[in-house]
Amino acid sequence: MTTHAAAAPGSNYLTNGFSLKSWLLTKDHKRIAILYMISITVFFVLGGLFAFVVRLELLTPAGDLMEADTYNRMFTMHGVVMIFFFLIPSIPAVLGNFLVPIMIGAKDLAFPKINLASWYLYNIAGVITLAAIAMGGVDTGWTFYTPFSTTYANGYVVLTVVGLFINGFSSIFTGLNFIVSIHRMRAPGLTWFRLPLFIWGHYATSLVIMLGTPVIAITLALLAAERALHLGIFDPALGGDPILFQHLFWFYSHPAVYIMILPSMGVISEIISAFTRKKIFGYHFVAFASIAIAILGFLVWGHHLFVSGQSIYAGLVFSVLSMLVGVPSAVKVFNWMATLYQGSISRQTPMLYALGFIGLFTIGGLTGVMLATIGLDVHVHDTYFVVAHFHYIMVGGAIMGYLGGIHFWWPKMTGRLYPNFWSKLSAGLVFVGFNLTFFPQFILGYLGMPRRYWSYPDEMQVLNVLSTAGATILGVGYAMPLFYLLWSLKGGRVADDNPWGAYGLEWETSSPPPTENFLHDPVVTGGPYDYAELERKRG
Amino acid sequence: MFPEAASTFAGEVDTLYFVWIAVSLFFSVLIAAFIIFFFMKYRRREWYQYGNQAEVKTLPLEITWSVIPLIITLAMFAWGAKVFFDLSRPPVDADAYYAVGKQWMWKFQHPEGVREINDLHVPVGRPIQLTMTSEDVIHSFYVPAFRVKKDVLPGRYTTVWFEATQPGRYHLFCAEYCGTEHSRMIGSVYALSPEDYESWLATGVAGPTLQASGEELFEQFACATCHQVGDGASVDATRLARGPALRGLFGTEVALASGRTVTADESYIRQSILNPQADIVAGWQPIMPTFKGQVTAEQVNALVDFIKSLDGEPAGVPGLGEDLREGAVPALQAATDSVDELEGNRPDAG
Amino acid sequence: MADLAHSGGVHEAHHPKLQHHFEDLDQQREASTLGMWLFLVTEIMFFGGLFCAYLIYRGASFDAFAEASRSLDLYLGGFNTAVLIGSSLTMALAVWAAQVSKRKALIVFMILTIVLGAVFLGVKVIEYSGKFAHHHVPGDSFEWAPPYGDPANEAGTEMFFSLYFAMTGLHAAHMIIGMGFLAYLLIPAWQGKFNADWYNPVECFGLYWHFVDIVWIFLFPLLYLIGRH
Repeated sequence: MTTHAAAAPGSNYLTNGFSLKSWLLTKDHKRIAILYMISITVFFVLGGLFAFVVRLELLTPAGDLMEADTYNRMFTMHGVVMIFFFLIPSIPAVLGNFLVPIMIGAKDLAFPKINLASWYLYNIAGVITLAAIAMGGVDTGWTFYTPFSTTYANGYVVLTVVGLFINGFSSIFTGLNFIVSIHRMRAPGLTWFRLPLFIWGHYATSLVIMLGTPVIAITLALLAAERALHLGIFDPALGGDPILFQHLFWFYSHPAVYIMILPSMGVISEIISAFTRKKIFGYHFVAFASIAIAILGFLVWGHHLFVSGQSIYAGLVFSVLSMLVGVPSAVKVFNWMATLYQGSISRQTPMLYALGFIGLFTIGGLTGVMLATIGLDVHVHDTYFVVAHFHYIMVGGAIMGYLGGIHFWWPKMTGRLYPNFWSKLSAGLVFVGFNLTFFPQFILGYLGMPRRYWSYPDEMQVLNVLSTAGATILGVGYAMPLFYLLWSLKGGRVADDNPWGAYGLEWETSSPPPTENFLHDPVVTGGPYDYAELERKRG
Repeated sequence: MFPEAASTFAGEVDTLYFVWIAVSLFFSVLIAAFIIFFFMKYRRREWYQYGNQAEVKTLPLEITWSVIPLIITLAMFAWGAKVFFDLSRPPVDADAYYAVGKQWMWKFQHPEGVREINDLHVPVGRPIQLTMTSEDVIHSFYVPAFRVKKDVLPGRYTTVWFEATQPGRYHLFCAEYCGTEHSRMIGSVYALSPEDYESWLATGVAGPTLQASGEELFEQFACATCHQVGDGASVDATRLARGPALRGLFGTEVALASGRTVTADESYIRQSILNPQADIVAGWQPIMPTFKGQVTAEQVNALVDFIKSLDGEPAGVPGLGEDLREGAVPALQAATDSVDELEGNRPDAG
Repeated sequence: MADLAHSGGVHEAHHPKLQHHFEDLDQQREASTLGMWLFLVTEIMFFGGLFCAYLIYRGASFDAFAEASRSLDLYLGGFNTAVLIGSSLTMALAVWAAQVSKRKALIVFMILTIVLGAVFLGVKVIEYSGKFAHHHVPGDSFEWAPPYGDPANEAGTEMFFSLYFAMTGLHAAHMIIGMGFLAYLLIPAWQGKFNADWYNPVECFGLYWHFVDIVWIFLFPLLYLIGRH
């Protein structure tokens, strides 16, 4: 790689105009990433509050804190907000927007205006959904199963669905931008197999976004049409099939969990490489595992319908395909583990998140393969076992990756370092609190506690209390970064261009980067994670 | 900390579960141990220190840790599939019970005619097959102690079967979110020893058996006007049949006018009562009116049970898979023509 | 729109339409064309959900679908198909006109495309109002009776018309959005901004318009022809 002189201080993307207009009409991918980070944080806090209310209600077996209807709205909002407004956009829209152009050595994404439009659509969708929440919410569960959602639900289903429909476009715009940029905007010499794994993860994610999101868009549109205009696509009274809705819904919503986890895996690859100062073991295998997961992800949706009365043989096919997803996932975990071997491991906060990710993702993945085992799923389907499993993947995987990534690239984004002690403490609290929250739910699930219950049999109380206690710790762990990261903007140590001694194009430009990312157009001459070259440069 | 195991396949499912737990524990502990060990051993000492950059042969390792998980996965899949087959295939001699789910209650009908709300009493040691449908939204019948679950859908039948092994009272949950009182759509399954079950039946409301009420309904709606239910010997061949005969129909393959073939199962019979136009049997005119709105879900269950009970040789009337092209059976042609006159229907020229 | 985030990097003089983050016009054109194709992939998936529902329900109520299909006006549908294929031709000619820098021809072909699109939608309005008049709109007032067909098929035909309105409605929405965009493109076309060096917007819009046309090519047989032997 070519080296660059550090940019003159004071000329970076943050100092390029201070007016509100210069932010709200910006086409700079880095500023859009910051805007996204602000919006997403608001929704994360909101979703977290809903979750806390849910856990509080479940402290006691009787439904005593609120009405059943209120409780149903609470878990529905938690699901809708967390999935559609936090997990799906989190890493791509914040870290991806910020880093994809820099990592491929481009000045910006291919379509900056569309990128800005994506943020606006996200906010419009968010406001519409918040309006539905403010008026009293929606009580269908985030899965919107028909015919309950079309005929019997008493919340603002149509309004929420309109919000999610618009939000889908924001997602598609981001994915479109990434694919075109990665194909057409790479710096000279940056061949496919010189790309960082973060880019591979985002490429795979974008494929899933592009192929999946339109399907849920049409599904939700039909749902809204049926509820509002009495078209009868899923209505059993017209010979319609409520199971068709589930097929269409999961055709997107299962791949959606890969939208959440693939970018996170990319982040983890970057962090592990940087903090072991070693090339990722089996780079090609990790890259192709991302693509394999993206492709397989589209072939497994039927595992949500094992007990819905679909044919036995369809169930078996979906079962075996779902279990196969475990193989590329395992390959990734083993490769990260092998990267640690004979590395030079630094114990910084992002590394703690990354190692936490590996542990939690392993448990989440293994329980996922258990759930895919069709004979076992009959018992644990729709119980807390499932809830625990997908929280291990989404919270233990995607959010650990998001927070790890934020801590890793914070100095690059803001030019400041955060306090070590507090950030490590927060990572520890998140890890401990998370396990305490969700591990008991595996046991609860096998005991037979169904999902979405507002009251439960007395013998299940102990585990629920443990879970709520864990959620409290988890909440504290999540709240801390808000404070110390904001504080670091003013009081943190000033970061240099490469505070971790990591390898990658983003570490070769200044912190924060200039508006066009590089002072000189980069030319790439070596492979990814080439620490030997970095060492030679140090002389 | 662990659910009761009270059905024939609870043990099977639990074994599968424990083996999976063992496999998961092995891999989780292995990975965690490696991570912690490397984390301790390869700690960075100097800021500028680099990890070992030597190029290693990755392929053998990659193949190893792809193939081993693959083999484990496929083995577990095969085992899971076997368990699933056991769960999905009821024995032929299972007792037929019916369940109707509606917001937010369970209604059960025993073959002996007893009805229950939210409680289900079953004898221990007998395979029980539940045929279920919903009156509104999707529900799911879930008894953790039996390790069985099946969604209950509006507009069609699903079935689930189990055989209780331990007398006792077990939780019954609705597992599919179905609205406000979803968490109150619960009940109990009482597994009773056969003697206790008999005495419980005796104290119960001794209504007519399900089959008998089905027969009663069959008369009430004058189904026999068009559908012969006698056996081959007793059918009056001179009498005009306007619809397929029903004796011996259940479980057979039926050729439809659209060219498809369907199995005459519970769902098919239910569909034929509520939406007769959907699947017209080859060779018959679509003249049956719908009974939707005239019969409740429970009454349909009774009718289905009655038609299931009509075993024996099918009556010698056309309509069950014979050659039914126009004019192939002269008697049939005459019959349909006279029906057309009666009903004022023009034969469909298509 | 002013490029507010532009720091005024060091660039040589270049084409006014070259955006600052691209190296040259070729890269810009490749990017926008690839972007358009990808967007069309999402559109295919979007309509794909409906096609999937159509296939399943046609299998479930075969005769009702044939009967409902026979109630549609084949002549109006056929005329519309011809109109839309014609508009695809004029759009292709518009792209050609842009590529060879023929300003007047470009404007004429764009206006022709809009006019043909409007004709298509006008015929759609006639068809839809017929459906309302005959109570063939899904909902509480839906009726299925002679001369159209057998009342016994009401449920199946209502499903057919649900799909009919969903599919043609979405297709018409795509047409309306497309015509709006084409009208918007008339402004730079009038100003003579499109020429052999730079015609991306016209070309990408052309791709979109052909896609909408192809969707109709699938809808027409599925809805109008399927019940006729």
